[in-house]
Formats: sequence, structure tokens, C-alpha cells
Amino acid sequence: MEYEAVIGLETHVQLKTCTKMWCGCANEYGADANTNVCPVCLGLPGVLPVPNAEALRLTALTGFLLNCDVPGYAKWDRKNYFYPDNPKNYQLTQLDFPSTITGFVEFELGEELESVRINRAHLEEDVGKSFHFADYSGVDFNRAGVPLLEIVTEPDITSGDMAYEYLNALKSILEYGGVSDCDMEKGQVRCDVNISVRPKGQQELGEKIEIKNMNSFSGVRRAAEYEIARQIEVLEEGGQLVQETRRWDDDAGITDSMRTKEDAHDYRYFPDPDLMPHRPSEEWLATIREEVVELPLARKRRLMEQYELPTGDADVFVGDAALGNYFEEAAKGLNNPKQAANWVINNLQAKLVETETSVVNLKFPAVAIGELIGLVEGGQISSKIAQEVFAEMFASGKSPATIVEEKGLSQVSDSGELEAFCREAIEANPGPADDFRSGKEAALNFLKGQVMKASRGKANPQMVGELLAKILNG
Amino acid sequence: MAHFLTIHQLLEQLRAGELSSREATQACLDRVEKVDDRLNAFISVDAADALAQADAADQSRAAGEDLPMLGVPVAVKDVLAVKDQPLNCASKILGEFNSPYDATVIQKLRAAGAVVFGRLNMDEFAMGSSNENSAFGPARNPWNTDCIPGGSSGGSAVAVAADECIASLGSDTGGSIRQPAALCGCVGLKPTYGRVSRYGLVAFASSLDQVGPFTKDVRDAATLLQVIAGSDDRDSTNVPEPVPDYSAALSGEVKGLRIGLPREYQVQGMDPEVKAATDAAVKQLESLGAEVKEISLPHTEYAIATYYIIATAEASANLARFEGVRYGARLDGADPEEMNRKTRGAGFGEEVKRRIILGTYVLSSGYYDAYYLRAQKVRTLIRQDFLKAFEEVDLIASPTTPTPAFKIGEKVGDPLQMYLSDIYTISCNLAGLCGISVPCGFSEAGLPIGLQLLGKPFGEPDLLRAAHAYEQATDWHTHRPNLD
Repeated sequence: MEYEAVIGLETHVQLKTCTKMWCGCANEYGADANTNVCPVCLGLPGVLPVPNAEALRLTALTGFLLNCDVPGYAKWDRKNYFYPDNPKNYQLTQLDFPSTITGFVEFELGEELESVRINRAHLEEDVGKSFHFADYSGVDFNRAGVPLLEIVTEPDITSGDMAYEYLNALKSILEYGGVSDCDMEKGQVRCDVNISVRPKGQQELGEKIEIKNMNSFSGVRRAAEYEIARQIEVLEEGGQLVQETRRWDDDAGITDSMRTKEDAHDYRYFPDPDLMPHRPSEEWLATIREEVVELPLARKRRLMEQYELPTGDADVFVGDAALGNYFEEAAKGLNNPKQAANWVINNLQAKLVETETSVVNLKFPAVAIGELIGLVEGGQISSKIAQEVFAEMFASGKSPATIVEEKGLSQVSDSGELEAFCREAIEANPGPADDFRSGKEAALNFLKGQVMKASRGKANPQMVGELLAKILNG
Repeated sequence: MAHFLTIHQLLEQLRAGELSSREATQACLDRVEKVDDRLNAFISVDAADALAQADAADQSRAAGEDLPMLGVPVAVKDVLAVKDQPLNCASKILGEFNSPYDATVIQKLRAAGAVVFGRLNMDEFAMGSSNENSAFGPARNPWNTDCIPGGSSGGSAVAVAADECIASLGSDTGGSIRQPAALCGCVGLKPTYGRVSRYGLVAFASSLDQVGPFTKDVRDAATLLQVIAGSDDRDSTNVPEPVPDYSAALSGEVKGLRIGLPREYQVQGMDPEVKAATDAAVKQLESLGAEVKEISLPHTEYAIATYYIIATAEASANLARFEGVRYGARLDGADPEEMNRKTRGAGFGEEVKRRIILGTYVLSSGYYDAYYLRAQKVRTLIRQDFLKAFEEVDLIASPTTPTPAFKIGEKVGDPLQMYLSDIYTISCNLAGLCGISVPCGFSEAGLPIGLQLLGKPFGEPDLLRAAHAYEQATDWHTHRPNLD
């Protein structure tokens, strides 16, 4: 029998705010334990939460980036469970009236364009972090109360690869939108995977298995692949799957059971009486809509169409948005934008890496790239000289024309001057000259190289070839 | 003798230079020393801190400063956070915890120049109607120390009624200010929900809790409310409604004020002496020019059930933070769960555990709709009853409690009977109204009886106007228990 997998993802993303969700403590990674804390985020007796306006804004912005609706009414609920890293022993979250609902994320999977529906992206608070020592445990509450967005997909994902590409797409959207840094190393993105299998064609879903707290995308892919195979194997051997929560062991590459449905939590959700519902106004939403940036996939498609770039080039400019913006600036008004792309990707990018700088710190404006291309196309300099001019532009910020002028790099196209160079070369190298005369065409290249050398690269190579042939055949 | 003074009497003497804040504060501390062995109104008193504040107030006054309550000693219920003072909520579970911050109402008191002192006894986590649920032993009624003072703010009422302070703060979730004020013979005011910041008030039931004043007369209630009311950026449920000048309402004029008597409040079990005293009080208001008419609050009979579902549900989450991980008493266990069980098992009293279990139950999967959700709907109906009634009347009058103070131990074994003693006060919190209790007589046994007036949301001026006019026409508020 053939089986298919049904996968839904719940991705937790820390929002890039200055302060925490309910208090003024810094939202900052890497500080000494329990230094970014106050009575509110420690859950001391008597404290109350006050919503972070920036987090609400970033949530709505995320909604727009994920093609979601932002309803006119959202509220907060308490999710009750005891854990030492949970300061109030309830977590504030949004159960039935989240801040954003029903969107989708588009991404490429191989050659195909895929889309995964978003059920909701709701706002909640992060908890502290437990540390276990030899004979005691401790909790760092610096992370407690950091605004956390939970982005929940519909069960539209069918493979580990698809899950992986969705997560990459989501990450780049959130980074593009300035919503989150999505730094996996800092635990800013964590993922729960819901996965089941069913015989192909069957409507009813199989028993859902949840894999909790994944912190790498490749881990999600591997865990999904493992879990799909495991579930199919159980079914094929005539076994039964039960709804359960499993843990991914990255080293062993397997999942194992944490708890089954019987001992699942009853979170006893109810509306938080300390917070008022959030009713976003149309004016407020309008200002946020203005901040919506072009999404990576849309950008890629536009670059390919507008500038006739190959996929590879477009990918570079999507992966490095600043470089892409620079390219677009350089390509303005050019007949052949591909040339600009070549300069930016092959020359500029290499130089930036070599000198550890970024495009924002460049000494020359983007239009200079166009000018440089113009000089080559107009025959004023050779491509080889252009490399030299570019290096000087990068170092001094001077315009290409100025550099050519100052260094006397202008291509020599004066036929009298060139003829003198050619005759010198023929006289100095009688062997190759005779070779050419006796029919060895290739010998011309040697002579041409001598002329270029003597002219310090400035001779117009095409004219040199023609002149040499003319003199030798003459 | 300064401890017998009201806020306005004391301020007059402080302003005239006849008395210093140190003398007034010392008088209160001496009074505590003298009578509190018998009353147990205070869990603790930091005398040195109180006197240091008093001295600072005296210096400010000497420097020409005057503030609304400069130098007036105000005692505080053990549920409000005061920086560097113990915060126990009359529970064992908080252990040696001292608050690292001031509640907003405490900040406001300090800004108004008050001397903030003492930790007043209460029912543990404000859960109770008799002050018997205190880990520090029951507070006792100053009119008869065999009787309960009411609760949960029992200590706050006793301290004012027994002149151990000039005024005090308490909190009211279902009657916890008005009921003990009535049973101890002082004035207690529950402000409209959202009128006073809850930041720093340890939550029992967040959607019902309000901080409010206990005072020796209505004028003082207006003064203290003026100080503590107002918006607060740290409390999202605080309403940014301008605070009126409450003293301006104390005109003595009630002509044309419409007072409603709910038909449904004529319940069985109302003590005849209580009925007689409150009927007389309403007559008194009528003779002063108020219009009295019968009204209906059809959903009254559901109030107590509704209250005990919503309040316990909220409490079950609010009290989850007390498990010894970050602060308070802790009993070690092999794992976090065992630590929780042991700490909470030993730290909470019976009534608190009962309510946490009840609240946990009503929120449980499969029961939520039948209990919590339905209770929220009934709560809306109860609120609508009142808003409808307030289209016809300005105030609603009733007894504050169905009986005078009962004996300590009398209802301990019967929580339901205990819950019924809140029957007149509970709806006010469910509907988010304001309410006041003023002394209106005594039983034959010499126990105080209180008249309750309820006002519409932000209707505190009407409440104070009527209570003040009544008080001017009677002398019940001037009676003092004999503690010599």
C-alpha cells in the first residue's frame, strides 16, 4: 500500500523588540543570568502585564507578510501549567482570538512553486531557561517574557524536504520584514512538528504525533523523514499508532516517546483578566501596511523578469538584499543589466568579502558600475584595464573616467601609434612572424600579446590583430 | 489621644502645629501595643520605619510643605506590596518574603505625604468573610472579641474601628471591604473596578479586586479615595477616567437623589435587627429629601454561584506562582513536581486549597463551558440588571450583611453558610460598581450594623454625597468600642 505524510508546523519566533512583552526589561541575548529581570517578568506577587506596542506592531506586520488577515479583535488567554521556568505558572498567549489569521507562505521546492497555508500567527511570551548542575538546577529568567510569535501552518506539508524549504522561506520572510533575526544559535526560532501518515487517497487523518522543540531546520527535515518511515513501518507490520508527543534525538537520528495522550496537559485556558482585548484601528494598520517589504520569492521573480537575470544571480540578490539593492541601483538605465550583475557578483562581492566591508560603506556610487561598463562597451578601455580601474574605484572612490584619465589608461586606437607597436613586435620576433606567414594562424596571438605588453594593455586588441595581419600579409 | 482622630481632624491639628506627625504616629503605635494583643489586627509593625516617615513628614511641614495627607498614619492590608516590608497575604507560603517594590497605591500614599505602616491581618489571600482563614490567627471584633471582625480585610476594619491607625487600606473582591467595615462599625468604600490601580495588589480574582479605604467617617473616605484613585500605566485594566473632586460631593444635599431598594434582597435569613436598622437608615435618607423606590435585580439569586466560579477560576491561576521556585517558603522535593506538591500542600490553608481546587475544576476541559463560560454570561446579565436599575435610580440601598458579626468558629465547618454572608456585597464586584458601607446602628448585643449603598460605575460622588448626608444626620459613626 502507498502512504502519504501529513505535516503541520508550529514555529516559535522571538520578535526583534528592544524590551520584553510585558515590562521594560531588555530583550537581549547573552546577558549574565537573571540580570534582565524585574518584578513583572519574575512573576512577583502583585505585578501586572502591560502590552509592548512594538511587539503588537511587529505581529501585525508579520500578519501582512504572511498574507494573513488582522482581525479587529484579539485577546489574551492564560495557559496554565507548572514548570520552574514559567514564572507565573501560566503563560500568556492567544487561544481563540489571535492577532493574525489565515494566510499563506509561497516558496520554491526544486522547480515547483509550493504554498503552505498559515492557520494563524499569534503572540505569546517566552519562558525562562533551566540549567541543570551536579546536584541542583537553576533558572535564568532573562528570556522570560520575551515576545514570541507562534506561526501555525495548516497540515499542508507532505515531506521533510517541503518542511525544510517552508522553514527557510519563513525565516527569510521574517528577516526581510525586520520582524526577527531568526538566529537559530540564540534559540530565536524553535519548531514543533505535527506529523501523521495515512494510506494514499484516504480522507481521514492518521494518529498525530508531535515532535517538540526542534531547533534546527535540518533537524526538522531529518526528524520528519525518520518519523514518516517509522509510522509507515508500524502500520505495515499491522501495528497501531497512538497520539503522542515524541522527542528528537539528533545524535542517534531517532525519535522516542515522551508522553501519550492519556497524560497530556489540560491547560485550562481562560481569558486573562489583567489585559484588555486588543482592537487594532484601521489607521494603525494602515501605517503598518506601508512597512510591508517585497518578499524574497516575489523579489526573485521580479529580478529575473525585469533584468533577465538567470536564477543563480537572482538567488544571490535575494540572499543578500543589500547587494541586490545595489545591483538594481547600478543597473538603472543600462541596456544589458546582466553585465552589471556580473560586476556586482564576480568583482564587487569578492572585494567586499576580501576587505570585510559591506555595500553601505562603499566609497563609490552604484552608477559608477554603469559608467565602467560604458567605458568598456564604448571601446575606451579593455576588459582587462577595466579590472584595474575597478580596483582603483574600490580603493579611492574616484569615478572610472577620472581614473582612466589620471592613469592614462585610455585604449590606444590610433592606427599610426598601433602600427609602430606592431612593426616593433614583428622585428623583434622574426620566428613567430615567419610561422604566421607560413600559415600558422596561432602565431598571430603571440605577436598580439607582445603588442599588448608593450602598450601596457592599452592597445585596442581588435585593431592590433587586424594591423598585424595586414602588415605580415602585406 | 491623637489615634482617635479622623484624617481631617488630624490634618487640622498638624496644620495648626498643635500636633506633630511623630506624636500621632507614636500614639497609633502605643495603641497597637495596648490593644492588639486582644484584637490581632496587625501581623507586624515596623515602628522604626513608621517613625522615620513621621519625622520626614514633620520636617517637610516645617519647611512649609503641605500635602493632602502629610503626616497621617495609614495602615495597610497584608495584600499590598510595600517596598522592603514583609508581604505574606496572611499565608505561610510566602515565608520571609519582603516586597522589592511599592504598589501604585502605596506610591500615591507616599506622594500625598502619608505615613505608611503595619501589615494588617486578613483572610489568607483575601479568601474568606471572617478573618478566620489567616495563618497568623484570626483578628477579633473590637466590639466583642469573641466575634469575627468580618473579612477578608478584617485587620483593616479592626485597626480603624479600634483607633490603632487613622485610616487603612483594604481590598474588596466580593465584599471584603464593606462587610468587615459594617461588622466593625467603620466606613468602607469599594471603588468602581478600574478606578484604583491594582499594581502591587496581590491578585485573588483579577476581574473583581479593587483597593479601597477604611475610615472613621465619610469625609475621610473621600480624602483617601482622592489620593489613591487615578490612572496607572502599569495596570491595563485601569480606566483613564478623570478623577473628580470627591470632597465637592460632600454637600449634605440629597434632595432628589433616587435610591432603589431591590425586591430580591428581602431574603430569608436576614436578621430582624439588621432589617430594622437599615430600614430606619433608608427612612432617614428619605426624610432628608431622597426619593426611595423599589427596583428589581432579577438575576440576584445566581450571584453567589457566579462569583464562586469566576473568582476561584481566576484565583487558581493567580496563585499558581506560589511554589517556592523564585521566592517564599519552599519544601524540597526530588523533582519540581514533588517540590510543588509539598510546598503548596504545606503553605496554603484549607480555604485557599478549596478555592484553588474549585477554580481548577471549573476551568477543566469538558467543564469549562458548563461552569466558567456560563458564569461569565450570567455575570453579564447581572451587570445588565444593575445598569438597567441605574436608569431609574442613582443609588441602591441594602444592608451590608444579613446578620451582625457572628462568633469565631461558628461557621468554620460550613463554607456555604460562610459564602452566604456575602450575599449583598458580591454583585457589586461582578457588575463592576462602586459601593460603600456606613455605620447605621447596633444590635441589642452591641454589635455594629452597616448600611450599604451601591453606585453606578464611577458614581463615587453620589455614593459619598448620600453617605455623608446620612452620617451628618446620625451619630453612629462616633461610637467607639470600649477597649480600656
